[in-house]
Amino acid sequence: MRYLVLLTGTQPGTPPPPELMEAIMNLGAEATAAGVLLDTAGLMPRAGSARVQVAGGQLSVTDGPFAEAKEFISYALYQVRSQAEAVEWSTRFMQLHADRWPGWSGQADVVKVMGPEDFGPPA
Amino acid sequence: MSTATREAVEAVWRIESARLIAGLARVTGDLGLAEELAQDALVTALEQWPSGGIPANPAGWLMTTAKRLAIDAHRRRIVYQRKLETIGRAQPGHDLADEIGRAIDDALDDHIGDDLLRLIFTAAHPALSTESRVALTLRCLCGLSTQEIGRAYLVSTATAAARIVRAKRTLAAQSVRFELPDPAAMADRLASVLEVIYLIFNEGYSASSGDDWMRPALCEEALRLGRVLAGMVPDEPEVHGLVALMEIQASRTAARTGREGEPVLLADQDRRAWDRLLIRRGLAALQRAESLSKPIGPYTLQAAIAACHARATRAQDTDWARIASLYVVLAHVWPSPVVELNRAVAVGMADGPAAGLAVLDAAVNRGELGDYPLAHAVRGDLLARSGNHGEAAQHFHRAAELTRNAGERKVFTRRAAELAAPEVSAGCRPPGS
Repeated sequence: MRYLVLLTGTQPGTPPPPELMEAIMNLGAEATAAGVLLDTAGLMPRAGSARVQVAGGQLSVTDGPFAEAKEFISYALYQVRSQAEAVEWSTRFMQLHADRWPGWSGQADVVKVMGPEDFGPPA
Repeated sequence: MSTATREAVEAVWRIESARLIAGLARVTGDLGLAEELAQDALVTALEQWPSGGIPANPAGWLMTTAKRLAIDAHRRRIVYQRKLETIGRAQPGHDLADEIGRAIDDALDDHIGDDLLRLIFTAAHPALSTESRVALTLRCLCGLSTQEIGRAYLVSTATAAARIVRAKRTLAAQSVRFELPDPAAMADRLASVLEVIYLIFNEGYSASSGDDWMRPALCEEALRLGRVLAGMVPDEPEVHGLVALMEIQASRTAARTGREGEPVLLADQDRRAWDRLLIRRGLAALQRAESLSKPIGPYTLQAAIAACHARATRAQDTDWARIASLYVVLAHVWPSPVVELNRAVAVGMADGPAAGLAVLDAAVNRGELGDYPLAHAVRGDLLARSGNHGEAAQHFHRAAELTRNAGERKVFTRRAAELAAPEVSAGCRPPGS
């Protein structure tokens, strides 16, 4: 089963400590070596992003920055056997932030990617 | 126990058990004992976490507990030996425990990658029967319970447990050391490891339908093991070749069964449902295999063939000439009737049905494939494409009689019926998915 983990957060105004970046790289390498991390990347701040939306039948395009305080920071795609396992990897990832970057707050949303198993057994 | 706690324990177990077992196996020198100690640590977690709560560092907790259990086991063994030798020179127990504890700490801290690699090679040791190698690998490297292994292989839990016990007994009886093979034996042993991984993959891949999630899960387990191995043995082309083959085959999972669970042949699959991420990963792994400038083997060749299909956005874009030439090489390094059959299909697509029939006839004349259902299906298809619908229908009937797979039978019977109905023209349907 695949899980997409989307990290959003609020920067405390200090740059991320180098030891946090190091720990994140190590955890990523560990999850890759364990064969469960399929893909991951950081995301640019939303100041440089754009939004294409449909509302009331009207299509519009807006350039960032947007009003939300929280920024998308990164995503990771895991292939694991249960949601609990994806949560465990995400917990380790978030713990790195808690231990190494005072003042940072954020959240990791663990979302299941629909797979063949979600379409039910054939009739 | 709450479901959440149980799931959390299982998740940590899944992530940590292989490393735990591998570290303990090096310390104790005994894979069977290591596996039991790790299991005991899991049981302790299942007993204690529900009331005490999940520890802040669950992985570290499991390691510490397993280590304590190892010290106990070690101490018991030493006490036992001393009694046997009737040596009275007693050491205070806690000193001994400290000493062993430090040794175990050092051992567990180091060489985690090496330990895992040793675990892979020991679990797939050629001294074991194929089914024992598979069961031990699933148990020690994938963290599957005997019950799950039983469900995956459609055998009872007792049978699955017996396979693991037999495997451990064989390893002990033959004094198989927990170590990497020497360079001379490396190629053979690696082949055994790759075989086990591919057997696990195929067990999941050829399962007829998703009625039990355990069987499709075997594909994911095999893929994961392949990726782990590729990270540890990056200079062996066949490891990347096997990973490439599994990634590309797995990319078709959603498209290879129809609404009623019947198999959908490669040419008929909705390629929009193919998993592009897995294809991309598979093509990248294939490129790594080919870029090592070492001789490639059957897995890389099969991956190269699978890649030809993966690259074709429409069935009619398939580079059949390249596939046919890859089958010539494959038949050379890995001769088998099934390879010849597939080559007949490829040649039939590249050079026309008459050329394909010639390859098929040659294989059948060698006494191979006589009652192999797919051989009749392929002949039926080649005959249909050369306009001989009557004979083609007979061969599809024969294929339907011979196959033991209900889904396949349905497909063959339908083809036979279509061919018997003169107004329906047959399309090109090579076998395999």
